[in-house]
Amino acid sequence: MTRHETFPTSLSTDRPITLAILAMGGQGGGVLADWIVGMAEAQGWTAQSTSVPGVAQRTGATIYYIEMVKAPDGVHPILALMPTPGDVDVVLAAEFMEAGRSILRGLVTPDRTTLIASTHRAYAIAEKQKPGDGAADPQAVVTASGVAAKRVIASDLDKLAARHGSVISASLFGSLAGAGVLPFPREAFEEAIRAGGKGVNASLAAFAAAYDRAQNPDAASAEPAEAIPPKADPLAPVGHPGFDALLARVRGDLPAEVRLLAAAGLRKVVDFQDLAYGEAYLARLADLLAADRAAGGADRGFAFTAACAKYLAVAMAYDDVIRVADLKTRGSRRERVSREVGVKEEEILYTTEFMHPRMEEVIGTMPAALGRWFEARPGLVARLDRFVSRGRRVRTGTIRWYLALYVVAGLKRIRLRTLRHSREAAHVDVWLGRALDVLPRNYALAVEIIGCRRLVKGYSDTHARGEAKFDRVLSAVPMLVDREDGADWLRRLKQAALMDEGGLALDGALKTVATLGE
Amino acid sequence: MAERSFAREVEDLKLGDGDVFRGEGILAITKALLQAGVSYVGGYQGAPISHLMDVLADAKDVLDELGVHFESSASEATAAATLSASVMYPIRGAVTFKSTVGTNVASDALANLASGGVTGGAMIIVGEDYGEGSSIMQERSHAFAMKSQIWLLDPRPNLETIVKMVEEGFELSEASNTPVMLEVRIRTCHVHGHFRTKDNKKPDFTLRQALESPKRDVNRIVLPPASYLHEKEKIEKRWPAAVQFIKDRKLNEHFGPAEGETGIIVQGGMFNNTMRALQILGLADVYGNTTVPVHVLNVTYPLIEDELATFCAGKKAVLMVEEGQPEFLEQALAHILRKRDIQTKLSGKDVLPMAGEYTTQVLLKGLKAFFADHERPRLGNEPPIPDPEPVLADPSVKALAQVVPPRPPGFCTGCPERPIFAAMKLVEKELGQHHIAADIGCHLFSILPPFDIGATTMGYGLGPASASAFNVEADKRPISIMGDGGFWHNGLNSSVGNAVYNKHDGVIMIVDNYYSAATGGQDILSSRAESKRRATNNSIVDAVKGVGVKWVRQIDHTYDVGKMRATLREALTTKEKGPKVIVASSECMLNKQRRVKPLLAKAAKEGKRLVRERFGVDEDVCTGDHACIRLSGCPSLSMKHLDDPLRDDPVASIDHTCVGCGNCGEVAEAAVLCPSFYRADVIVNPNGLDRLLARMRRAVISWLSARRDRRRIAFPA
Repeated sequence: MTRHETFPTSLSTDRPITLAILAMGGQGGGVLADWIVGMAEAQGWTAQSTSVPGVAQRTGATIYYIEMVKAPDGVHPILALMPTPGDVDVVLAAEFMEAGRSILRGLVTPDRTTLIASTHRAYAIAEKQKPGDGAADPQAVVTASGVAAKRVIASDLDKLAARHGSVISASLFGSLAGAGVLPFPREAFEEAIRAGGKGVNASLAAFAAAYDRAQNPDAASAEPAEAIPPKADPLAPVGHPGFDALLARVRGDLPAEVRLLAAAGLRKVVDFQDLAYGEAYLARLADLLAADRAAGGADRGFAFTAACAKYLAVAMAYDDVIRVADLKTRGSRRERVSREVGVKEEEILYTTEFMHPRMEEVIGTMPAALGRWFEARPGLVARLDRFVSRGRRVRTGTIRWYLALYVVAGLKRIRLRTLRHSREAAHVDVWLGRALDVLPRNYALAVEIIGCRRLVKGYSDTHARGEAKFDRVLSAVPMLVDREDGADWLRRLKQAALMDEGGLALDGALKTVATLGE
Repeated sequence: MAERSFAREVEDLKLGDGDVFRGEGILAITKALLQAGVSYVGGYQGAPISHLMDVLADAKDVLDELGVHFESSASEATAAATLSASVMYPIRGAVTFKSTVGTNVASDALANLASGGVTGGAMIIVGEDYGEGSSIMQERSHAFAMKSQIWLLDPRPNLETIVKMVEEGFELSEASNTPVMLEVRIRTCHVHGHFRTKDNKKPDFTLRQALESPKRDVNRIVLPPASYLHEKEKIEKRWPAAVQFIKDRKLNEHFGPAEGETGIIVQGGMFNNTMRALQILGLADVYGNTTVPVHVLNVTYPLIEDELATFCAGKKAVLMVEEGQPEFLEQALAHILRKRDIQTKLSGKDVLPMAGEYTTQVLLKGLKAFFADHERPRLGNEPPIPDPEPVLADPSVKALAQVVPPRPPGFCTGCPERPIFAAMKLVEKELGQHHIAADIGCHLFSILPPFDIGATTMGYGLGPASASAFNVEADKRPISIMGDGGFWHNGLNSSVGNAVYNKHDGVIMIVDNYYSAATGGQDILSSRAESKRRATNNSIVDAVKGVGVKWVRQIDHTYDVGKMRATLREALTTKEKGPKVIVASSECMLNKQRRVKPLLAKAAKEGKRLVRERFGVDEDVCTGDHACIRLSGCPSLSMKHLDDPLRDDPVASIDHTCVGCGNCGEVAEAAVLCPSFYRADVIVNPNGLDRLLARMRRAVISWLSARRDRRRIAFPA
């Protein structure tokens, strides 16, 4: 058999245009697919879409796939049911990590793929359940898309849609039109939205905005998105003589590298308590700076003092019931909630707080001696706890509840004499003491010790767990103090402690550290 | 279908001669059933065939006009048994379910049906839930067809072809007195395409006629000696009749040249992707022209030996493209070739993978290997093949694998099942870990983060049944979970009844969300909606008591985490013997929103007073530990990075999609987490009293807060 006989048919070289939509369940990927198919059909093309909703419908990642071809009359194209890696013309990603996923799946290739992505993030459970900052690094997607895509059109299409009262399917559709990758005029796109029949005007507005942005990406960056008010200079006077005097000390006494953090820290502690407390903060910082200088901090950009400026402020402005009551009763808070919830002029807003005070909090707010007296009587505390410890729905909008919180916030006057304060102050002393001990011997390690304060956060059990982790991480310090890479190891331990709630990662990391000397 | 309307899709069912249907594959099948003159349709919902059920449930007027009876069956077994109406009477009927899970449940009735045979056309439409997006074990329905000798249609994913196979499938069933199975894969069910419609057909013989002039024939009943005769009849009469029909009607198709050195035999469902792979290799085009002979098996059981022998004869080698395992078709073809002494080489699972979905990429690789072995010149002048490998090998792309997080499905925003598992998590902290037997349904998402609850899942309504062995003296009791869907599917008997009878001491949590939620929100026996055509509002608690459970607790608001925790604790520690059943009821939020949202919008527009609830987080109070997220996983509860140099960790944050279910507050309270959460109650269209109270309260509170603000230093933002 000769080859000539095997190839009697002449094959068409027509190739369908292929599009993949990567979205999460509930994002309207199906609507977008319907618009694209509807538009192509209205333009006389044959279009086919497929999807695998299945269990992915509940917020999981999912892909919609579309092929379209302008077939000669009476001919039925055979279209594929799923994207072939390396053979996709347009990828529309409705979230930035989904754009990353499309690249990982090989759907984005430099010879043909236009990647249209929204840069907004919807964090996956794996990211948000970490006790620390588990957010994936968007820069990795930016870099990879630069390598993988023929062309990238990326911006926050979620925000853009929201601004026009619409959803992301409309702004993605607008970007697709603006990208000019489909052989259809803008009117054809708009007609598809109209044919859909739901929320047409808002969709068209979002579509138009995204269209313009895709057509003219440079103008997009210049467009005055939401007018973000310029941030006030934290070192500039605020018009309060007492505070401004302290701020002058920050500007005058502290090295440049430390000033911004110290100004923020000062503001935090003064807001927490009063000017005298702010003064105590600065005095402490001055002592730490002196030690820093002695340890040669000038050559290291005063990293130690900078870390202290940050974490000392956090430690001094600890989270006690007085602070919570104070924050919840401020006038500014009501305005913020109104804004966040979107309360209209004629509507009335009430807030309910979910609090669960226990005897521990009550005792913590007592004068130190009285608090200790109670603590020495656990039986009594347990009996009292039965009356105290229960969930309380605090209706801050009613006078009775507001007054209750107001009174608690007023306990600020006795705060520095409370048991809680004495505990916090002692903790700060021990913590700074350890760092200062290490400072002359291992500067970088001392800086990391200060940074471990990040582990102490939250309330009740969370707070206790944080303190336990803090202690366990610092327990490694004696093993690390003479090591040049001691700071790196302590940082790793801290990061491990932020990986999971139970501290499993920390257990493993501590074991590794224990074997370092062997 | 309760809260979602399929009115638009119902319109498509009314299309007549020469109209063009545009839509999903599964809806095309629905329309085809009406064109084929069915008298009754039954089934059990589940992806990917739910829409067939949903649309027919909404299509009362169309069905009434045609005299078609439709019902949502209690289970796939019920659906399959429904087909017995076609045993004695010339009545066409169809049932549908997800496969292989549904076919597993249905197989008792299917085997009986297939043994006795049918008079009227009987069709089983199975949604083959295989490959990406599937939610079940990866198996083939093919085995069921073979074991019971039910003919298996696997039409190529083209709406015209699918519709034709439905219509001719009924004829095949009648010509061979055998039920027919129509297999459609996930993507085929959801493919958007078009076909030219025909008028719907009223059944020639009605169910009423059958009822009023009943017939019986003891030879059609599966009892000896008839059952022995059935087996012989299957082989001697029905099989040859089917083969003849399939040949005569040319149900299998041929593409490309008649002759060739090599050829490809493909399951209908695999045709499109195979053609794409051939196209990429330069051996076919997008319009179905190919230079390689391709034989398409729109009927994969029985195989037509003559057709296959003719196709193979004279070719050096053929490739069998058959997805899934075992490779029944390849084995059968090998048998045919051996028996007929045809020396054509047979390739299949040697170049294609034995297991896993046949994507275009996989097929491309297999076809290349096949041609490389058997007809090398075909690969001679191939166009450049799309290849993502260079990009995937790039370090910056490889690095993405460590960055892009997995995104598994989870509970929806405001899901009433979330607080149940949050409570379980809290009880676990008190009483230690327990063996937890899971079931099928939305609640199975508990096995994923953040809850990580559930050890096994054995089937629908079998959660408690799967804890049966753990009925021994121990310091801990097993917990099992079952949804309302599973409960009515067979859990009442297989799980609860079994536990009562065997004096099981475990805890059974029945998650009652008023719907068969995971399959799309269809109504079931215990649904709370009033339905004209169905009897709803049947109490699960009554049913459970009816089969003899003594310890039953009903929780009518699952969001009460404290109560849920206390009840679970009691169930795990009570001295009382026998199964401890907790029925946790709250409406599926997805469906509740569908139901309530339009009503609320309307009420607000009309000026009626209502309270809109939403949750929020005070970001100054939140310390960024995310303990709340670990007890929730709600899509609307996420995190936010603050523009504050003193903060390292992002704080919890609730977005505008929050539906105010209450879980956040309840969990914060029950788990003593933190006081960051607040619920905002917004009174829309407040009345006079509201306004008066608000004015008074505002006056006092503003005065107090202003008093303190004056003493505070005002920092610029």
